[in-house]
Amino acid sequence: MIEAVVIGASFGGLQATRSILTSLPAGFSVPVIIVLHVGPHSISLFIETLNEHTPFRVTEAADHELLLPRTVYFAPPNYHLLVENREMLTLSTEEKVNFSRPSIDVLFETAAWAFGPRVAGVLLTGANNDGAYGLKCIGDAGGITIVEDPETAQVPVMPEAAVKLFTPGYILPLAGIGPLLGRVAAGG
Amino acid sequence: MPQDRKTGQGAIPENNGAADVQDIEIQLLLEAVYLRYGYDFRNYSRAHLRRRVNYRLKIDGLQTVSELQSKILWSRDAFNTLLQDFSINVTEMFRDPEFYRTFREKVVPILSTYPHLKIWHAGCSTGEEVYSLAILLSEENLLNRTQVYATDFNKKVLEVAKEGIFQAKHFEAFGENYKQAGGKFQLSDYYTARYGSVKFDQSLARRIVFADHNLATDNVFAEVHLIFCRNVLIYFDKKLQSRVIGLFSGSLIPGGFLCLGTKESLRFTGKEDEFHVVDDTFRIYKKKTQPFG
Repeated sequence: MIEAVVIGASFGGLQATRSILTSLPAGFSVPVIIVLHVGPHSISLFIETLNEHTPFRVTEAADHELLLPRTVYFAPPNYHLLVENREMLTLSTEEKVNFSRPSIDVLFETAAWAFGPRVAGVLLTGANNDGAYGLKCIGDAGGITIVEDPETAQVPVMPEAAVKLFTPGYILPLAGIGPLLGRVAAGG
Repeated sequence: MPQDRKTGQGAIPENNGAADVQDIEIQLLLEAVYLRYGYDFRNYSRAHLRRRVNYRLKIDGLQTVSELQSKILWSRDAFNTLLQDFSINVTEMFRDPEFYRTFREKVVPILSTYPHLKIWHAGCSTGEEVYSLAILLSEENLLNRTQVYATDFNKKVLEVAKEGIFQAKHFEAFGENYKQAGGKFQLSDYYTARYGSVKFDQSLARRIVFADHNLATDNVFAEVHLIFCRNVLIYFDKKLQSRVIGLFSGSLIPGGFLCLGTKESLRFTGKEDEFHVVDDTFRIYKKKTQPFG
């Protein structure tokens, strides 16, 4: 059983995360925590759209945000998002990691610390190397690692970086990721 | 308790067990730092500190936090290095420009009614936000009657802030922020740029006192009209947040203003009753005249 899903995406990430969130099975209740590279731009409109088109409560994470079922959390632009412990998220304004704030590595590494084997990490389309190291941390702690198939990703650089660094548990086209998350969340 | 037959270590999966050991080590390290040097990080965000500790392990080529702990207990230099690691040493000028615009609209008119102003900028780090505030106050004709106390626990960043010299490479973005923040001139009017560095006009710093103050262990030192403490509480747990807001409440005059970071709030501090909300989006609060009025 997993207690959370963490997702990282960069270039092309709006469409990719939207596609996953809309393809999760009805009744999916595990909290989903997402880092998108969007620069300093606000994502509040995107979040509004997701609230309309998914069954989840979708929100930008605030300080000491509690992890709740059926909720999707996005890192606020210009903050790192960290998993403080199994119940809570925290933010940081530290220097950029991999030229990024928020950084996927920061979310993934702290998720591995907090959840150990009880987390699934998903690395999607993107044009840089952020997230590969963090996903490996999740794998090393016994968690589930999923990489979008570089063959079909909008930009393959980010998923490729992960595949070069270690052997992920799953390499899947976008359409297969939501259903897989549904199965692992159900304990299958 | 059921025993795992392979390892004899109980039912905890092996890797998760290792992760938990580092968590214990960090708790012990923070205790050691407090007992030996008096700096109290025990109520800081653990995930944040753990990232910083792992960064230090990697740089120093150490295997475990316990090795680092021993080094720090016996060497003040090693401790000073860790202190820099634990401190936030990057800030921006006019971070969240819209906050500054809102501040001009909602707070400045009231500040203008006081003959003298005292301002506490808590957790000022290298000072980019202090200079931002000083520029804003100068444009609103308030700086010449203002005393700013800018504090941080890290003496090194205070030295940088006091000098007012920064790397020029970020100033294009800062200039953009300045404009969006409602700046009336050009940011470059306030500094001279040379050899990849910029130095702020000394007239700005004349009204600022930079001082060593630790929010985790020190107390109120002045009565002030405004407190700026943006993106500092995010590093503290609820208990320490409550302590710090208590200090702020004790330092503000009735009707004084408190400005937090846009993702921070009073909701974990148990002290919401002591403040009115001036602007919910940009986390601007006003100390109530009557504590529970």
